[in-house]
Amino acid sequence: MPETMDANQVSRPPTTYQVFVDRFFRGLCYLFAWLSVLLVVFIVVRIATVAWPAIRQHGLGFLTGTTWDPNTGQYAILPEAWGTLYSSILALIGGSAFGVSAALFLSEGFLGDLIFRILKIFGTQFHPFWGKWPERLEDYLKNLIELLAAIPSVVYGLWGLFVVIPLIRPVCNWLHLNLGVIPLFGTSLSGPGMLPAAMVLSIMILPTITAISRDILVAVPSKLRMASYGLGATRWETILGVVLPTASRGIFGAILLAFGRALGETMALAMLIGNANVISTSLLSPANTLAALLANNFPEAGPKEVSVLMYAALVLLGITLLVNMIASAILLRASPVPEGGG
Amino acid sequence: MASEEKATLEPRVRQSSLDDGLNPFDDIDFPELEKSLRRPRTLLSILLSTVVTGMTVLALIPLFSVVWMLLLRGGEQLRFSLFTQLPPAPLEPGGGFGNAILGTIIIVAIAAFISVPTGVLSAIFLSQTDKKNRLASAVRLAATVLTGFPSILAGVFAYSAIVLVMGGFSAIAGAVAVSILMLPTVMLTAEEAIRTVPTKMKEAAIGMGATATQTIWMVLLPTAFPGILTGVMLAVARAAGETAPLLFTALFSNYWPISGGNIELMRPTPSLAVLIYNFAGMPFENQVGLAWAASLVLVVLVLTTNLVGQSLSRRRVKE
Repeated sequence: MPETMDANQVSRPPTTYQVFVDRFFRGLCYLFAWLSVLLVVFIVVRIATVAWPAIRQHGLGFLTGTTWDPNTGQYAILPEAWGTLYSSILALIGGSAFGVSAALFLSEGFLGDLIFRILKIFGTQFHPFWGKWPERLEDYLKNLIELLAAIPSVVYGLWGLFVVIPLIRPVCNWLHLNLGVIPLFGTSLSGPGMLPAAMVLSIMILPTITAISRDILVAVPSKLRMASYGLGATRWETILGVVLPTASRGIFGAILLAFGRALGETMALAMLIGNANVISTSLLSPANTLAALLANNFPEAGPKEVSVLMYAALVLLGITLLVNMIASAILLRASPVPEGGG
Repeated sequence: MASEEKATLEPRVRQSSLDDGLNPFDDIDFPELEKSLRRPRTLLSILLSTVVTGMTVLALIPLFSVVWMLLLRGGEQLRFSLFTQLPPAPLEPGGGFGNAILGTIIIVAIAAFISVPTGVLSAIFLSQTDKKNRLASAVRLAATVLTGFPSILAGVFAYSAIVLVMGGFSAIAGAVAVSILMLPTVMLTAEEAIRTVPTKMKEAAIGMGATATQTIWMVLLPTAFPGILTGVMLAVARAAGETAPLLFTALFSNYWPISGGNIELMRPTPSLAVLIYNFAGMPFENQVGLAWAASLVLVVLVLTTNLVGQSLSRRRVKE
């Protein structure tokens, strides 16, 4: 606002114009806040409206049938729902085991200790520059892992297609030949399949789990650790008995959040899972997921199929919303440091 | 220091206990207190430490392998003509993805044009309103919902709301889909940035008689600007790499998205991400090579934007 100050009048009430601008801007902020809420409502309503004919026609049988055949007009998504859950759970097992390990490694001083010992060999562990490396390196590594979460999923898909599949194929076929009795290895891997998809998916969700879990582990008050060490506990007794139980809720939230991400992940799975309409417990069999079904069928869908696909989208939306809301509710309660902490 | 204390302490304790005729250390099994490799708890510690270190290394291998393969297979394809030529037909040598880079920039720019004003204005509302306000809680809930929104569903929505209504695939539809995914990042980081502006500064402005709008525009927004920009950059980085929402909204095209000086917003528009997806499934060597090169370019773009965005807010924290 231009200041027209003369000597007599330093302060003055806002001019009519300024009051008008103020009202207008407040109204604008209010309007846009409403818009963001309405956007979410509109998204759900819009998808549901287009899906409505399909919902009426197929009803709940859509969730339990196994055929997807545009020629006969039979649509059902049980194999896709199964594939979505199976791949996400497999990815979650791998991703959380490795992700939480990496978070522990980066928060409980393992790396710091290692660097400290190496520095000690050179006698530079308290050097003003080198002495800072134990902590600094943990931070750098954590930032690096977090940065890797930003790599687009289509790139992970490409990498899975040309690196992971050729790499694991001989191993998988050996497993099938020798351990084929176990249902997990009941089929041979012809290329794309559940195992490479789940592997790449777990690599993709690992940075999320590691980054959030590490933040939560670091936030565990050091008093608690010190008290445990003071009682004579070893580092691992402290981690298992004190640190992990304190951080467990937050880590669980992180894992659920990653689960939500895995459920909705599209590109890497569409490229790696094989897009076959089968329900199989075999890790080596091709399968399909809801998101991959949408990605593959939408571009050439006729009006009738669009409605069916919207129904599938609605199911996916329901599942991910549920998982995400639970996850963020847990994380929200886990984030405040316990009283007296810090 | 610690060892000196111990040395002076020990004899005194012994002395007093000798007076009573009792040794307080009788109950303590001293060898038990020492670290010994024969004890299960030590072995467990060593075992678990090895396991955790090993698993971390194993977890890092694939992550770095992605970067390494990108540099290796994308790097060998890198040449200047990639940025100026159109995608090749099957079996045709050479070619590039200049149109896809341009298309990505156009789509992300339009998406930012939609999501940044919406996000920042909502963030201003959120930061200036009591946390318990009903609308504020609703906005925050909406942002949370959108944060975990599967990207493909943004595409599904844009398809139903724009492609079906307007009757064709277009850059606009793609941009709308992407802007939905950008919105929560922009909004939540902007709110956080505005909230971290010291209350003093806001109160000083109000004390000088500034209206709420003047306070926001002349004090809060300039101070929070680096933080807001960080959010925008992170959102742009994410948007540039999104494939799923573009697959059936912007689709793809083998031609330039600009013809005769006009940006063709209502036509199918190419993008780097969709090009990678399309070419990855091709059986032709040259196109697969281009997919790797495009991945390298995309990852460099995304990571640079990300790093620049993060460094902006880090500098702010240091101040």
